[in-house]
Amino acid sequence: MVTVIDNTQGDNTHSERSAAGPVSAAARMRRKKDGGGGLYKPRAPIYPKLAHGRWRSIKWALLLLTLGVYYVTPWIRWDRPGRLPDQAVLVDFTGRRFYFFDIQLWPQEVYFFTGLLVMAALALFLTTSLFGRLWCGYACPQTIWTDLFIAVERFFEGDRNQRMRLDAAPMSFDKLWRKAGKHLTWLAIAFGTGGAWIFYFHDAPTLIRNFWIGQAPMTAYVSCAVLTGTTYLFAGWMREQVCIYMCPWPRIQGAMLDQHSLQVTYRRDRGEPRGAHKKGQDWAGRGDCVDCGQCVAVCPMGIDIRDGAQMECINCGLCIDACDDIMGKLDRPKGLIAYDTDAAVAARSCGERPRYPLIRSRTVYYGAALTVVSALTLWGLVTRSQIELHVIRDRNPTFVRMHDGAIRDGYTLKIANRSFEDQRFEVTFDGVRRARVWRPGEESDGLSVVVPADEVLAVRVFVSAPAEAVSAPSMPARFVVRSPALTADAKTVFLSGAANP
Amino acid sequence: MAHERETDQVSGVETTGHEWDGIKELDNPLPRWWLWSFWAGVGVAVVLWVLMPAWPGITGYTRGVLHQSDRGDVARDLAALTAQRGAEAVKLQSASLEQIEHDPELQNYALQVGQSVFGDNCATCHGQGGVGSKGYANLRDDVWLWGGTLEDIQHTITVGVRSGHEGARTSQMPAFGRDQMLKVGEIRDLTEYVVRLSGRQADRAAAARAAPIFAAQCAACHGADGKGNQTLGAPNLTDSEWLYGADRASIEGQIYNGRGGVMPSWQGRLSPETIKAMAVYVHTNAGGR
Repeated sequence: MVTVIDNTQGDNTHSERSAAGPVSAAARMRRKKDGGGGLYKPRAPIYPKLAHGRWRSIKWALLLLTLGVYYVTPWIRWDRPGRLPDQAVLVDFTGRRFYFFDIQLWPQEVYFFTGLLVMAALALFLTTSLFGRLWCGYACPQTIWTDLFIAVERFFEGDRNQRMRLDAAPMSFDKLWRKAGKHLTWLAIAFGTGGAWIFYFHDAPTLIRNFWIGQAPMTAYVSCAVLTGTTYLFAGWMREQVCIYMCPWPRIQGAMLDQHSLQVTYRRDRGEPRGAHKKGQDWAGRGDCVDCGQCVAVCPMGIDIRDGAQMECINCGLCIDACDDIMGKLDRPKGLIAYDTDAAVAARSCGERPRYPLIRSRTVYYGAALTVVSALTLWGLVTRSQIELHVIRDRNPTFVRMHDGAIRDGYTLKIANRSFEDQRFEVTFDGVRRARVWRPGEESDGLSVVVPADEVLAVRVFVSAPAEAVSAPSMPARFVVRSPALTADAKTVFLSGAANP
Repeated sequence: MAHERETDQVSGVETTGHEWDGIKELDNPLPRWWLWSFWAGVGVAVVLWVLMPAWPGITGYTRGVLHQSDRGDVARDLAALTAQRGAEAVKLQSASLEQIEHDPELQNYALQVGQSVFGDNCATCHGQGGVGSKGYANLRDDVWLWGGTLEDIQHTITVGVRSGHEGARTSQMPAFGRDQMLKVGEIRDLTEYVVRLSGRQADRAAAARAAPIFAAQCAACHGADGKGNQTLGAPNLTDSEWLYGADRASIEGQIYNGRGGVMPSWQGRLSPETIKAMAVYVHTNAGGR
């Protein structure tokens, strides 16, 4: 089922206008190119105007929430027994552990991260097919930090028109301090961003002290510097170019969207034909769009939403706020620009009732895949054992025959104790009658080893079996390690070369 | 480029004239920041020329102000490792063999040293896994020609067997056949006797005939009961372990030729603490009894 959305219909393609007023950066680019072009395309500056309304409020709230989570998380303390770190979320590379509140993961369990990443990807697919690019518009760090940097810019240089005037004006003391203040604040925020990142990898209170006295690891300084640089560049200078040129997601998401996906949509069925409107003029025979250009003025991506769905559009909804504002002033119903679907617009154009089916084949597939992967990951996490046993059999020699014909095999047991207490394990060997497990050099019969809390212990053991107990060249066998609290077992074989004569 | 200038209707961008299945390529220019990133890359390269080894010359190369050298790094790491091992080696020198086996850290160090030294020096004859082969002793089982305690093993490695070292472990199994000390028939009878000693089916009459020969010729070293003598390196003939083969032909051949293998003395070639580590390695891997 494919619907071709043809945005070229109508006369107002590209909204190229001769009248004064906001024109999208993309339109200005096209004009510039027509006038000469060149091998390289300079960035057309975008001066997004501050919008007010429901979506802007949601964006402010999410900005505070996400930044709050980012900056506060490393400082949350969490009680753990013994020598373990008391940081709630910690990626401990030197200790090779990942701590997340009550969950502690070992490098061997990296598949949980794989599960998490697959879940994240599927959740992104599902939300995109249902509600469009919510991630891009509200949660992506690039959007969040750019929003924050634009707010700083607005604080120092004023709103859209003032900023445009300031940029056009010759250098003056006023311009200098405003620009300097903006850039210094940007750098400070960028430094704070890079600075917060490194706390996820070391004990935060220790690191912040060591950082300032030059005692922190070199990786901390380098990571902090790199992230300071990228934050300043990406949120301050690159902005929408990151989304358009660098990010693969806008190019991929076309595969997740269909005509029933919610997107920020200019309802051309209601807006066209557009045109200026004088007070008291009749609304009959014309569209609701008064061509005021406010949707373009607030757009952080520098596009005109009335051109239809575009790769550049991050679906942030600021143009909805701007348009609703104008519609309110004109006493027209709100929602000329709204979260809507292409199918709904097409249906209304034909005078039909729009449908918003949430259950479609792609949402069902994405939903089912997400459910399965989440269930598997969760099941793995809940049922994961605190102890793990691996058996590595000696390969050279595979077995040794004693003077009395008895057979001795060598094994290395790797016992991982993920619990927070030292554990004494009794090691037993099943599968061969009268087999004896012992450690080289130890006289005592029966084997018991102590594995310290949160460690892996490698134990080399010998298993001896009398000649008459050996009935086959290779006998299936099993090691069992047992402490009062934990048990683990692992399969192996007992080799003897040949059955005894 | 000789093509008609054409502007795409949807995007308003000129095409390059290239077309695939009706899809035309737009002639969008690269963004300007792309050019900046190129120049930034060039800048980084220039900085690296100054900091790092870069330009080849006739007799050498520019070293860079950081004097970075991978070879130097390796040398430094090796020196650090040697220094670290030095401490362990000193500990190994002073510790007794029993102390080593009861100090897990030191034992582990000895085992690691022993393993690599064994691979370089001993595996040629005794095999990588130490199980030996015909004529070369199995070091993993519980049968020892010259004794299996830590001290015995250490001494054997130090002086060798028939090595020419003045303290070498030496013994001589006579070549009863080649030197015509016994007749072929007697050797055949003796073979049956020895097979019977190890608890296998043998010609009873032949064995009985050979009993006085064994008592006269063999018992001095192998013992009246054939259980051998480790001070003389005389193997136990009653078990299932045979250095030169267990079948009748092999046993007969050994009585006839009286072969004795040579193991070199490692004194001088390996340091005393390395030999100590070797002894621990061999002893532990044989079960440590």
